[in-house]
Amino acid sequence: MKIKAYALFKKDFHSELRTRYAVNSLVMFIIVAISVILFSIGNERISQGLTGGLFWVVIFFSAMSGLARAFVSEEERGTTLVLQLIASPSTIFSGKLLFNLILVFMMNIVIALLYSAMFDAFVIKNFLLFLVTFLLGNIGLAISSTIIAAIIAKAGSKGTLYPVLSFPILLPLILLLVHLTLNSLDGTSFEQSIFELAMVACYDVIMLSASYMLFDFVWKD
Amino acid sequence: MAWKIFLFLLLSFVSVAGIAFPIVENPIHWYEFPLIKGLEQNAKIIFFHVPTAWLTVIAFLMSTIYSVKYLINKNLDDDAKSYAAAQLGIIFCILATITGAVWAKFAWGSYWSWDPRQTSIFALLLIYGAWFALRSSLESEEKRATLSAVYAIIAFLTVPFFIFIMPRIMKGLHPGSADDNNAGPIVNFKMNGNMQLIFFLSLIAFTILFFWMWTLGYKSIIFKEKINKIYTQG
Repeated sequence: MKIKAYALFKKDFHSELRTRYAVNSLVMFIIVAISVILFSIGNERISQGLTGGLFWVVIFFSAMSGLARAFVSEEERGTTLVLQLIASPSTIFSGKLLFNLILVFMMNIVIALLYSAMFDAFVIKNFLLFLVTFLLGNIGLAISSTIIAAIIAKAGSKGTLYPVLSFPILLPLILLLVHLTLNSLDGTSFEQSIFELAMVACYDVIMLSASYMLFDFVWKD
Repeated sequence: MAWKIFLFLLLSFVSVAGIAFPIVENPIHWYEFPLIKGLEQNAKIIFFHVPTAWLTVIAFLMSTIYSVKYLINKNLDDDAKSYAAAQLGIIFCILATITGAVWAKFAWGSYWSWDPRQTSIFALLLIYGAWFALRSSLESEEKRATLSAVYAIIAFLTVPFFIFIMPRIMKGLHPGSADDNNAGPIVNFKMNGNMQLIFFLSLIAFTILFFWMWTLGYKSIIFKEKINKIYTQG
């Protein structure tokens, strides 16, 4: 099963390399989003707290534009039935999740680098806390957006519906991540933020197990 | 039939009592409510606002339960029940949001201040909105039922997070919040006997009303589907 999931990931990876559709649009979206924020700020100096919040705003909207494609591409190319024949639903979900995880991590590392280069106020004092937040947050983001992407693909790939459906699901995660990022900007100690980190870890685990259980129903017509 | 008359009398009594009974400093008569510090005359909204918020959550819970049932049995009647509960849920959610906001204007000075409860009810409103948006985008009955059931379950799983994380992230203004010391958990302590009685009567009356409306709602959806099927076949 693991090998099949990896093969599926490799297939997605190669087809992505061929067209570079997701990567290109993501990179452009990140540049557009950050420059819009920079233009709207102008010469004003924004507070540290605001940069922490805006950081996750950029990530949320980039994820919304880039991650919706995971299952839609299969529906568009008409390869859904073949996938249903050759692999079990959980394998397919694993493969797609792996692809989205890599995409989210690449996207967010680029955002974090660009963001810290562009915003002077975005200085992280507690780097370990930020790193753990970043890791756990990206995993949660990838899991939730993959299962919503599966629902969207079956709903006739309505692009506008994706952020609408994702936002309520991602809202607790984003609230926690914004809070944790503010903590790491303030230099709050790791021990004081352990409750929030545990909640993010809980979110990841709950969403992962729920997604695996419910994906069968979404995938089989 | 008898219970309908009973419900009508109960709701009439609750409405009249909730609005008309005076709030005084030292209640002596059975029809007087005590003065709760920090709430004063605004306290009366508890008879109407709390039941709507309670029913919002109950409707969401029922919608999720019937979603699980649908995924197990694949019976479209369960989907109708889930849909009817959510339809009522969004109505009560809007009512709770509006009554809460109007109350907040007088008690806190602004309609909206991102109190943990306000954020939670807003999240519920978003979930309901997204759920109906998803349903309306799907044509096929089975597909619609399955996907909306899956989405309802996933959305329901996010609710505990709001309960646990909100008080830590935001300051609470709402009566009954953890760090609220002037009004306290009013349901338990500051209300006197008759206020509690009318509060719980109101809760019961609104809950019965909800179940009545829900039964009517899902029956009408099931009948509509049946009629549609007869039309399309013949």
